[in-house]
Amino acid sequence: MIEFDNVSFAYEPGRPVLRKLSFRIGDGEAVGLIGANGAGKSTVMKVLLGLLPCEGRVLVDGAAVKWDTLREIRRKLGFVLQNSDHQMFMPTVLEDMTFGPLNYGATRAEAEARADAALARLGISELKRRHNHKLSGGEKRMAAIATILAMEPEAILMDEPTAALDPRNRRLVINVIRSLTQTKLVASHDLDMILDTCSRVLLLSGGTLAADGAAETVLRDRALLEAHRMELPLRLQ
Amino acid sequence: MNKAEQALRELHEMDALAAGDSPLHRLCPLAKFLFTAAYIAAVVSFGRYDLARLAPLLLMAALLYQLAGIPVGKCFHKLRFVLPLVLAVGLFNPLLDRAPMLTLGGVVISGGVVSMLTMMAKGTLCLMASFLLMATTRVDALCAGLRRLRVPGFLLSLLLLTYRYVGVMTEEVAVMTDAYALRAPGQRGVAFRAWGSFLGQLLLRSMDRAEELYAAMLLRGYREEFPYAEAAPCAARDAAFLSVGAALLLLLRFVNVSALLGGLLMR
Repeated sequence: MIEFDNVSFAYEPGRPVLRKLSFRIGDGEAVGLIGANGAGKSTVMKVLLGLLPCEGRVLVDGAAVKWDTLREIRRKLGFVLQNSDHQMFMPTVLEDMTFGPLNYGATRAEAEARADAALARLGISELKRRHNHKLSGGEKRMAAIATILAMEPEAILMDEPTAALDPRNRRLVINVIRSLTQTKLVASHDLDMILDTCSRVLLLSGGTLAADGAAETVLRDRALLEAHRMELPLRLQ
Repeated sequence: MNKAEQALRELHEMDALAAGDSPLHRLCPLAKFLFTAAYIAAVVSFGRYDLARLAPLLLMAALLYQLAGIPVGKCFHKLRFVLPLVLAVGLFNPLLDRAPMLTLGGVVISGGVVSMLTMMAKGTLCLMASFLLMATTRVDALCAGLRRLRVPGFLLSLLLLTYRYVGVMTEEVAVMTDAYALRAPGQRGVAFRAWGSFLGQLLLRSMDRAEELYAAMLLRGYREEFPYAEAAPCAARDAAFLSVGAALLLLLRFVNVSALLGGLLMR
């Protein structure tokens, strides 16, 4: 479904963030993208979504990410941003949820039906008419995920989905991620969450792939993790 | 709570007011917009000494506020920073026009005073009407109405984005002001010497945030135009509201209702 083929990117000349990065993610896979700060996790997401131009090839379902394929690719890939305040820019949850479907040609009734279905799936139907600025951090994160589910994407990308959540909300979000049947790419420092939600892990370090393997294997390798400024998940320490 | 947070709260309050439910809220945005435009046109069309003739228009506005369930005081509270500017218009008229115009309880009142009061009243009525429109109509619904008037889509997108961006920028100001205050004990506001870096940082931070928001919009298929709120098609009640409103405005503009009522009372 997703393929990076020798992808390089630099925000400033001479300081590459991604260096000839290559990997493939198949349909239905749940992949964790881990790495220390500045390893390039968010950049991978942005390159994949066509928000940053890059060298090399990025393919989604065989189609290269370029100007004329962006619309279709962005319909297929739902992206949950790290900061839900940035994700939720309309006044109410419902308006935010219908924004995407309406832009993709759904009628208002269809868009609202999709919003209802996404809210019901996450068990947060009571948020439908709420104003975004009145939601708590946890509610906002759930609403942000619902906003993406309403787009009915084929793959879901998440950037630090459990950041700044209390334990209960973190658990809720983990359960939601586990229940999603789509292809998943989850970037996070929360290795316990990655262990709970992903079967495969890509370890980024200095813009290259330092490891690619089963989550249970990579996340138990203390030497590997420590060599790349990471630690074992808490539950494995 | 710092001033920026207060401003943000008031901004959100406007959204909450507009999401209310009243006969006025339920009217189609286009009808409300056209009525407001007609009302403002009627107000500004009166002569500079026609102070008394504005009274029925004030009454009309007060009635509409009642109908919308919005206290008039809320309007004056929200517009407290703009009102002084409006009231300042015509402040010099009493100095420029000293010809006596009427005597009230033995006090001679010049034409300048009357024209000053008229300008103040006109400004206040226009603000009241605009506020009522904004307090009973959501911005995107208003844009949907304006789109029907064939206002270019990019202008409306600009209006909506600006409206949203004001909130984003105010949020950044609130966070930065708090961060500043915590490390500048005993200072009121931001010290003059820090203004440059404060504004520079504000600009950079809000640009970063705006970029993220824009990315979030692009990723959900945004292409130049917002999907506006579904504006209910103008129904019979909207046409009735507009017809009755327009007829009343015409009546108040071309018939001196104040003088007629005054004459009746005097008789």
